[in-house]
Formats: sequence, structure tokens, C-alpha cells
Amino acid sequence: MKSSIDTLIVEPSEIVRTGLQTILDEDGTFRLLSPLYDAVILEERVKTLQPDLLIVNPTLMMPPALLQMASVQQAKPNIAIAALVYQYVEPELLQRFKAIVDIRERRSQIVAVLKEEVKRVKEMEDENYELSDREREVLVLVAQGLSSKEIADRLNISIHTVNSHRKNITRKTDIKSVAGLAVYATLHNMV
Amino acid sequence: MFTKKTRFADMFSANNNLVLLMPRLGIGLGVGNLTVDEVSVRHGVSSDFVLMVCNIYTFRDYVPTQEELAGMDMTMLVPYLRASHTYYVKERMPHLERHLTGVLQNTDKRYAEAMMLFFKQYRQEMCDHFEYEEKDVYPLLQQCGRMKMANPQNREHRGASVRLAESHEGMVDKISDLLQILYKYMPSHADTEEMNELIFGLLQLSSDFERHAAIEEHVLLPYLNLAKRVGK
Repeated sequence: MKSSIDTLIVEPSEIVRTGLQTILDEDGTFRLLSPLYDAVILEERVKTLQPDLLIVNPTLMMPPALLQMASVQQAKPNIAIAALVYQYVEPELLQRFKAIVDIRERRSQIVAVLKEEVKRVKEMEDENYELSDREREVLVLVAQGLSSKEIADRLNISIHTVNSHRKNITRKTDIKSVAGLAVYATLHNMV
Repeated sequence: MFTKKTRFADMFSANNNLVLLMPRLGIGLGVGNLTVDEVSVRHGVSSDFVLMVCNIYTFRDYVPTQEELAGMDMTMLVPYLRASHTYYVKERMPHLERHLTGVLQNTDKRYAEAMMLFFKQYRQEMCDHFEYEEKDVYPLLQQCGRMKMANPQNREHRGASVRLAESHEGMVDKISDLLQILYKYMPSHADTEEMNELIFGLLQLSSDFERHAAIEEHVLLPYLNLAKRVGK
């Protein structure tokens, strides 16, 4: 798993934005993507940048805000979303956020809340047993008897990535051997 | 842990899988109230050895010490391991194949072929593994007993220990894979009785084989080391 957290901040106030960026920068774990000042092109940006973490001022969300949250999640499944709060936010909207960063909090608390949310989402992702499209692709090639190196060449990805897919395939299917995965692929009409 | 004074039948009550080991140790049932020591003497086998095998099969954390191994009569070790191989190949695998065939009877032909191929490849892998052990590993023990080793850092032996452990792990993994496939991915209209026989047969094979591997890794290989040191 990569160690840095790709972070997209959506906040119009330069003071608030810069303050938050400074706190996150000092921590060293967060990789700050260029921020947005409003949420007009939010889904599009999320889709392109695929951030791990979105910190958004909820008052900017395009109405209906809940719908926009859903489409953000569609643009990047398993994205951690935190609300950046210093104004009044509709309680109904606010309660949809699992993580809330109140700008009056201490910096250590802000960092902790964000990391906790990323961790929670990651764990949820781990509980997802559905194979992704890429994993299915790798599985078929494994079942056909290709080595990780051959699969990497075929799919134009690094061998490290192939091995990480293979690890996830085994975790999700509970099948370790190549022969067993070949049976799995047949039973699922993948080969 | 069992001791030489434990009543033999009490071991069966504690771990009923031990019943399956008796033919491989040359011991019949009908042990009455006799102790481990008494039964072993009666059958002309080393009670230390019988006890060690039963303890390894029952207490997973138990690993015999170097001292225990050094003082033990190991004449039964290789015959015992060979008898286990025969049991797996000649008794368990045909039994499992029969029930797998039963399970696959009403299954889509492609699925059935894939499952059967997996099973047959597994059986072949098992046979190859046993053949390697019987041809290349077990004779090392006899050599050690007979003569001084020319090279105590014998590479053949070190290579054997790594290869053995990896191969054992791979074989246990495959049984687990087959079980997962049966639990999760096989269409559910298979004959229940056949399915249960197959699943419990696989579980039994898996735990038996895993302990068999423990005896090779915790007894055979360390004993080979010891024998070489003494021979040196």
C-alpha cells in the first residue's frame, strides 16, 4: 500500500485553505493536490485525480449536496471524505460526513481525524470481496499459467502491481494456488 | 501430554484421529486397559517413538527436543513415514476421488472437468513429492547411520529441508483451496451425502498430512542433523 495520502482540498477561503495545507504539509503523510475553490467541477476533478482523501467545505456542495456526495463516491469508490467546518452547515448534510474537521481544533486532532477516516475507508475497502476489473483481468492470466512478469508485460504494469493484485485476489477468493484459481476462473466462466 | 503410563485407549478418547495412525505404527486395536508402554512392548515397537508420534499428532505446540531425538530408537521412522504415504495414496486419494466423482455427477461438464483436473494434478503432485522424499531424503538417514559424512555441511540436506517445507505448505494450501471452492463456489445442487463425505475426507486428510509434515520437519530433518554430527 502506498504510504502517502493524496489529498484534495475544496475551500474558498485562502486563510483557511493555507492554514490547513500548512498543517497537513508538516505532518508529511499527506500529498496535497492543487486545491479547488468551489465544488463546480468537483466530480470531474475527483475522477481525474483519484484522491484518497477529500476535504470539502460542505457549504460549497452543489445542491442537492447529498447527490453530489454520491457522485463523488462514484467517481472514486473508497474515497475518504471529511467536512471542513467553520460556518453553519445543515445538520442533515453534516451528519452524512463520517469525519468532521472543525477549524478550531488543535492541529494534532485535525490530522488524527483525517488519518482515522482514511484508515476506516481502507478497512471497508478490504472487506469488499468483489474482484475489480483489473483483478479479474490478472486472475484470468494467472489461470492461463502466466507468470507475474509475463502478466506485467502483457498489461503494461509493474510486477509489483501484479503481485499486489494477486495478493488481493487471494484475499478475496480465499484461494492461494494457481491451480485453484484456474478452477475459480472456470466456475465463474471467466476462461 | 501423553506419557508411557497413559492408558493407550485414553489417547484415542483424547484424539480419535489417532485410531487412523495405528496401522501405520503396526498396532492393532483391542488395547484393553494397557498402557502405552505395555501395548508397544506387546507389538514389538518402540514406546518412545509411538508416544512421540501420538503427542505430535495431538499437541500442536509440541516439538521434540534434540535430547529426546538423540535418545530415541528411530528404526521405525522411515517405515512409518512410508506407511503414511501408502495410506494417503492408496486409501485416502481413491476414497476422495470416488466422492468427488459423486459430487460432480450432475454438474456442468466444464466445471466437472476443471475440478477433476485440479484433483488429478494434486494427486500427481503428492505422488511426486512422496517419490522425492523416498528416493532423495529418507536414504540420507540410512547413510548417516552407516558412515561418517564426508561433508558435514551437506548441501543436499539443507536443500532438502527448504524444499520439503515449501512443498508441504503448497500441498496443504491446495487442500484448503479445494475446500474453499466446495464451500463457496460450487453450484449447490450436488448430492449432500457425497459432498459431506468429500469435505470431511479432505479435512481429515489436511490435518493428517499437516502433522505428517510436522514429523518430517521436526523429527526427520533435525535427526538427520544429529546423526551427521555424531557421524562426524
